[in-house]
Amino acid sequence: MSLNVELKSVARRYGRVRAVDDVSFSAGPGEVIALVGHNGAGKTTLIKLMLGLARPTSGSVAVLGQDPAAGDSAVRRRLGYLPETVSFNPALTGRETLRFYVRLKGGRKDEEGALLERLGLAHAADRRVGTYSKGMRQRLGLAQAMIGTPAILLLDEPTTGLDPELRQQFYAIVREMQAAGATVLLSSHALNELEGNAGRVVIMNEGRKIADGTLDELRHIAKLPTKIRLKTAEGGARRLRQWMGEPAGLRQVNGHIVELDATPEDKAAFLRRTTGEGAPFEDLDMVPPGLDELYAHFLSARAAR
Amino acid sequence: MNTILLLAAKEVREGLRNRWVLAATGLLAALALTLAFLGSAPTGTVGAGALDVTVVSLASLTIFIVPLIALLISHDAIVGEIDRGTMTLLLSYPVRRSQVLFGKFFGHIAILAFATCVGYGLAAVALIATGIAAGAGSWAAFMAMTASSVLLGAVFVAIGYLVSALVVDRGTAGGIAIAIWLVFVVLYDMALLGVLVADKGQFVGGGVLDALLLFNPTDAYRLLNLAGSGDIAAASGMAGTVQSAALAPAALVAALAAWVAAPMALAALAFSRREL
Repeated sequence: MSLNVELKSVARRYGRVRAVDDVSFSAGPGEVIALVGHNGAGKTTLIKLMLGLARPTSGSVAVLGQDPAAGDSAVRRRLGYLPETVSFNPALTGRETLRFYVRLKGGRKDEEGALLERLGLAHAADRRVGTYSKGMRQRLGLAQAMIGTPAILLLDEPTTGLDPELRQQFYAIVREMQAAGATVLLSSHALNELEGNAGRVVIMNEGRKIADGTLDELRHIAKLPTKIRLKTAEGGARRLRQWMGEPAGLRQVNGHIVELDATPEDKAAFLRRTTGEGAPFEDLDMVPPGLDELYAHFLSARAAR
Repeated sequence: MNTILLLAAKEVREGLRNRWVLAATGLLAALALTLAFLGSAPTGTVGAGALDVTVVSLASLTIFIVPLIALLISHDAIVGEIDRGTMTLLLSYPVRRSQVLFGKFFGHIAILAFATCVGYGLAAVALIATGIAAGAGSWAAFMAMTASSVLLGAVFVAIGYLVSALVVDRGTAGGIAIAIWLVFVVLYDMALLGVLVADKGQFVGGGVLDALLLFNPTDAYRLLNLAGSGDIAAASGMAGTVQSAALAPAALVAALAAWVAAPMALAALAFSRREL
């Protein structure tokens, strides 16, 4: 499989600040990768390196097999980019703005109309961008990134300021692009929304890559416990605890709910028991460690080292 | 080339939409019409035609207004787009930085040329309508004045880009632009005059003076238009200067062209090195 993006021990320093430090990763077609980290963790710099807007201090960056800083226009035409903050000229209409970018990229005739339609902006196409809501502006930005069906989409904080419904729409579009074979790289610090939407997660901290893998892989590496929550009839918590053998770490939330953090092995054993007769609970919830917990785990693991 | 045209067209469209074009044209037209009618009143029979007087007044007006308009539309061109995030976006497209710079330049020059030609053209039309007779030489001087006004505007657009490519902050760009306008339009000539008075012709000879005049684009423009032809020079009271200054119109135009080229080259250099 050919790689769309390949970074080899890339570093980028601004004076004494190491914005990106010894980062390697690659991405193939059809992958959706989330870059996760605090503000200032190096996500935006990484995206700028891939766009060729910043040059690496050391290491090499290859996008579609080329050095992006060389500015090959054939490569640029196959890239879509949505900056973290972009404010289009409020005096121009959505259609005028998009038409300019379509023509700049050598896109199809009236591609702007099709994109505005696809992103649900057709009704506002001839209104000034100044009258758009934040969500509409963000969609206009996304429309601009999708011109020419790019092979690589670089989206910097694409869902900031979108309401939940628009977020769903946004990820539906990402899945469409993915199905068409695009590599989608998106940075985010809203971790919970990546679940089910990003195939791979790259966690960044202080310019370094500290974890890289699918969510399941990261969970496996982190060995974080799954939270098991059991519910009984009112006042039945005591009996439930006795049945469970008063394990260490058991938390009683209230009179009828108890919680237990279970390692993957404990979890399997526990589940086998619950299928037996007479387990004194009415309902059971299992909450696997979310990205928030994973992220915190990898950060603290790093700090401890 | 197509990309440059596209960028220039966008600049013009934005200028129309933001009413920059309207404001600049309106301002120049209003001032030009005022000067055309006020200026033609006192001519009487002194030998200078009404059009010649208008050329002189308009040239003096241009020195104040056109650099100001040019700096106002250009100082924000690069730093402003970086600030709004549209520059990183633009440069992720198949566009070179030099194309961005020149696209904006041609767009801004088009706006300035339109404002100048329409504004001053209206004054000319008004003068014709009042039935003023003017010789071909006077008309040529008028045309040359209009064309060189656009050239003067180009000088300050280029200087504005250089400022815009160097500073990190939009406010700073605005402040520096105003300072540049003050220096070239007001302070430089006052300082030069002071030096000449204090010097009493001991050290600053004709050659040095010529060089000092070329060092300020507004002075080059002034000499080009006010001392251009005999009639105009008489009307502007610059006849004496013409004889002592050995600067041919070609040299003055070349100086103005250099004043466009040098800041543009430096702006392109600064912009190409700039980290976004």
